[in-house]
Amino acid sequence: MPKIIVEVMPKADLLDPAGKAVNNALHRNGHSEITNVRIGKRIELHFDRAVTDDDIAAATKIGEDFLSNAVIEDVVSVTVEN
Amino acid sequence: MRIGVVTFPGTLDDRDAQRAVRLAGGEPVALWHADTDLHKVDAVVLPGGFSFGDYLRCGAIAAQAPVMESIIKAAGGGLPVLGICNGFQVLVESHLLPGGLIRNDVQTFVCRDQKLIVENVDTAWTNEFTLGQEITIPLKNGEGGYIADAETLKRLEGEGLVAFRYKDFNPNGSMNDIAGLRNERGNVVGLMPHPEHAVEPGFGPDTSAAMRSGVDGLGFFKSVLNSVVNA
Repeated sequence: MPKIIVEVMPKADLLDPAGKAVNNALHRNGHSEITNVRIGKRIELHFDRAVTDDDIAAATKIGEDFLSNAVIEDVVSVTVEN
Repeated sequence: MRIGVVTFPGTLDDRDAQRAVRLAGGEPVALWHADTDLHKVDAVVLPGGFSFGDYLRCGAIAAQAPVMESIIKAAGGGLPVLGICNGFQVLVESHLLPGGLIRNDVQTFVCRDQKLIVENVDTAWTNEFTLGQEITIPLKNGEGGYIADAETLKRLEGEGLVAFRYKDFNPNGSMNDIAGLRNERGNVVGLMPHPEHAVEPGFGPDTSAAMRSGVDGLGFFKSVLNSVVNA
């Protein structure tokens, strides 16, 4: 199925409490080699036809305006799987 | 005075907000998220809860609801709008107030009676208070950490747009201890704590006078009745 994949991450300089909690749990389980964990989102937009350049442009705008909040997050990638 | 209270799927505190409006002397009007008609209300409350399951981001999907299109337009024309907790999150996601709200720095849901300082009384929702007044109302949130970039924070502080600040204890890591904001015009106010849960003796926060006697939240709803009368 053709899809556009939008990945959103909390801004790099922002505290990510969920990532911090997972990092703490990993350390408790002996994974001291992992220095940090950050948790973002992968959002798939599905199509029943091939994805066009216009779709990618639209998805990029949707990613910036709705799927992410620029105050707290960055869209780190918009990719296509046809 | 007709005060609209919006219900989104997942809203929890709409009935409490309606009760608060009634106890303050107003007439609560239930507004539905899918209805663009504001039913000629004089002001709107966006209550707390977990609209749309907090999916995507708290308040993000509610900000796209049909009723918000009407509210954003009416707020631009001066309609008083109060966003409480999830309602505050809806206001920032609607860009009616700047910044964002992220998960509490303590990594847990926090529920407590919270002291606040009233930082601005020139708004539709705070004119019953005195500047610098200390009030206590319940706070209950998981994602109440207020953040904004340095430039926005400077503007908020410089222009007196901070409406409420946490006193003694910052429960969620909010920048500059910000608990609530107002817009430039003063008709839109948003805050994380819950004034609608401190409006009736016997059901509010404890005070030095008696258990559960705190009614500091009533001032919000009396304020808007003043502002509507004076408008």
